[in-house]
Amino acid sequence: MVAVAIADQEQVLHEPQSFISRYIWSQDHKVIAIQYAITAIAVGLVALVLSWLIRLQIGFPNAFDFIDPASYYQFVTMHGMIMVIYLLTALLLGGFGNYLIPLMIGARDMVFPYMNMLSYWVYLLAVLVLMASFFVPGGPTGAGWTLYPPQAILQGTPGATWGIILMLLSLVIFIVAFTMGGLNYVTTVLQARTRGMTLMRMPLSVWGLFVATILGLLAFPALLVSGVMMLLDQVIGTSFFMPAIVDMGEQSTYSGGSPILFQHLFWFFGHPEVYIVALPAFGIVSDILSTHARKNIFGYRMMIWAIVIIGGMSFIVWAHHMYVSGMNPYFGFFFATTTLIIAVPTAIKVYNWVLTLWQGNIRLTVPMLFAIGFIFTFVNGGLTGLFLGNVTVDLPLSDTYFVVAHFHMVMGVSPILVIFAAIYHWYPKITGRMLDDTMGKIHFWTTFLGTYAIYFPMHYLGFLGVPRRYFAFGVTGFIPESAQMLNATITIAALFVGVFQFLFLFNLVWSLFKGKQAGSNPWEATTLEWQTPQTPPAHGNWGPELPEVHRWAYDYSVPGAPRDFIPQTVPFSETPFQIDTEHES
Amino acid sequence: MSILSTLMTMPWIASAEPPAENPLASTSPKKVALVVFLGVVSSVFFLFIAAYLIRMNYGDWRPLRDSQILWLNTLVLVASSFAFQRARNAAGKEQRQSTTRYLLLAGFLTLVFLSGQLWVWQQINSDGNRILTDPASAFFYLLTGVHGLHLLGGLYVWLRTVIRILSGYSAMTVRLSVELCSVYWHYLLLVWLLLFGLLLAT
Repeated sequence: MVAVAIADQEQVLHEPQSFISRYIWSQDHKVIAIQYAITAIAVGLVALVLSWLIRLQIGFPNAFDFIDPASYYQFVTMHGMIMVIYLLTALLLGGFGNYLIPLMIGARDMVFPYMNMLSYWVYLLAVLVLMASFFVPGGPTGAGWTLYPPQAILQGTPGATWGIILMLLSLVIFIVAFTMGGLNYVTTVLQARTRGMTLMRMPLSVWGLFVATILGLLAFPALLVSGVMMLLDQVIGTSFFMPAIVDMGEQSTYSGGSPILFQHLFWFFGHPEVYIVALPAFGIVSDILSTHARKNIFGYRMMIWAIVIIGGMSFIVWAHHMYVSGMNPYFGFFFATTTLIIAVPTAIKVYNWVLTLWQGNIRLTVPMLFAIGFIFTFVNGGLTGLFLGNVTVDLPLSDTYFVVAHFHMVMGVSPILVIFAAIYHWYPKITGRMLDDTMGKIHFWTTFLGTYAIYFPMHYLGFLGVPRRYFAFGVTGFIPESAQMLNATITIAALFVGVFQFLFLFNLVWSLFKGKQAGSNPWEATTLEWQTPQTPPAHGNWGPELPEVHRWAYDYSVPGAPRDFIPQTVPFSETPFQIDTEHES
Repeated sequence: MSILSTLMTMPWIASAEPPAENPLASTSPKKVALVVFLGVVSSVFFLFIAAYLIRMNYGDWRPLRDSQILWLNTLVLVASSFAFQRARNAAGKEQRQSTTRYLLLAGFLTLVFLSGQLWVWQQINSDGNRILTDPASAFFYLLTGVHGLHLLGGLYVWLRTVIRILSGYSAMTVRLSVELCSVYWHYLLLVWLLLFGLLLAT
């Protein structure tokens, strides 16, 4: 990493000649973005199928011979890890970060194109190492996506030898890839902005990606540190995390290590990770809402402050994931308080999204539907987060389906809805063609209502005390028969939602050839990426002259202006109107 | 505070002023990236040190005997950082010969430092009652190992710079590389002093 960061060649724009240098070993940020996106979606499909298998066991226990307890835990673990790291993080930062940052700030490419290319190939290596763990003796690790020691590396846990080693290796490789990408994104935002693009004129998408990348650069080291130390515990028998323990009836050679230390390190990464995924989603959804409501984003400055404050605070809330591990009550009190405080800037963002819609000239396009769907889902998942942030409420609920419902709503479905919104929104720029509208609407309604059908009832299961992580529930006094019926219903809903994602994939491919021609600016948006001379943008993005920026990104429906949007490249002298500053904050 | 005043600007008020150049546009992106990268490395070492401080409170912790060789190694690393600074100054004055000389010296001293660290490893390893899995020695290997790996990464860049200057490039063209190397070395010296102090104190 060091080497590449320092020794990278000065940027030279050379038009790639052959197919291979154009599409495979490409240094063009747009191609790299698509490579990232395709890889992330492919590995995400694996995780989707795993979620089906999980649900089949819970909905119809023991109906399927090939799901035994060991493989069930392997499915759960791999589903979680793939979705959080290899799909969401990679798709939002590697995919959208790569595509949008240079285009939105008016740059020709990332500042280190070669390192950017390496970032993708190292990411691909991380994915391949992870996938390889399905084929090693013992299979992939079944330790849960949090990989807690001691069980993660003790016999009896599925994949406690090869599975966990490959998982940790893959994470370390992923972090190397992320660091190479992240250095690029941050440096590009700081340095490669075109003339007139001040920090406070950047679209909120770029702000979200920028702050999320900084979070990632500072938080992923915690995963690196804990991963390396656990690898050493597993491979050469150190006792960083491993306590003295009796393993399979025999005293193990470990002694004195601290599993809690691992949890602190893991969640010092794990909580910022939530915002590494959420902040880009916040930014992107702000831009989509503003564009399709034909209104400037409400409280632009406040949105940026909120992003920065959330980013900073995300480092001091981590232990709210560990209330059930046991901790000093004052410690718990501190983390409960910070958790509630971080909800304030988050709530401000939600209010601002809603106020952006207020009296807007809303166009219910497919991206807009997904963006509005995000607001609902995010409010729902966020509110349950306020419950769980309190120690006394968390203790009884922590090991139940209430938590499964909470985090799937807030950091599973919410960012995925934004990702869909973003794909429908920017696909015309990426390919030059529109995605099919009817298929898009079917996809939205099945996904939105379907995910509610899956996760909403889980809150009730959680209240009943149905424990999460269990392979089967057996006979208990507190889980009624009807809970099983609900679980079966959820499973059927999950299968349906999954199937309709394939309609979306079909739409992606079909529209590539048969979609309506998009033109350069189908949504009549103001931001720079819609003002490129070619669609899709050519290598170097801007032709001979870089664009100049004369205004912020949200001049929609400006009173007196001839059209309801003024692109950022239009000088004030051409349209001497401005929004009503008397009534804006 | 320029960050605060940036965050206070009101971009929605239309401005007829000509668009301003990005103030950072003339800085080398490599410099900016190095600063950001040092932030990442700081995070790594901060977390390793935090883990060390927490782990040493557990019952089975037996402190290591301080190795005298570490003092010597520290001196060598200081000297290497010093040599890099001289190389950087010389490159600034376009003195090709002395840039090359100090650059080679700095790399050589770094290699001496790394060999010295391996010698300490050897010493701890041959200490009869210490085994690899003992927490204090495991942390010693880990912290010095990670620090050494960062130096090795730096040496890769150093090697590329040396090859370039030996193959006839002027001092001017390698100036940026020498400068960034020296910053990186000073930084790693600082990290080492911190680690060394920590190891001495515990």
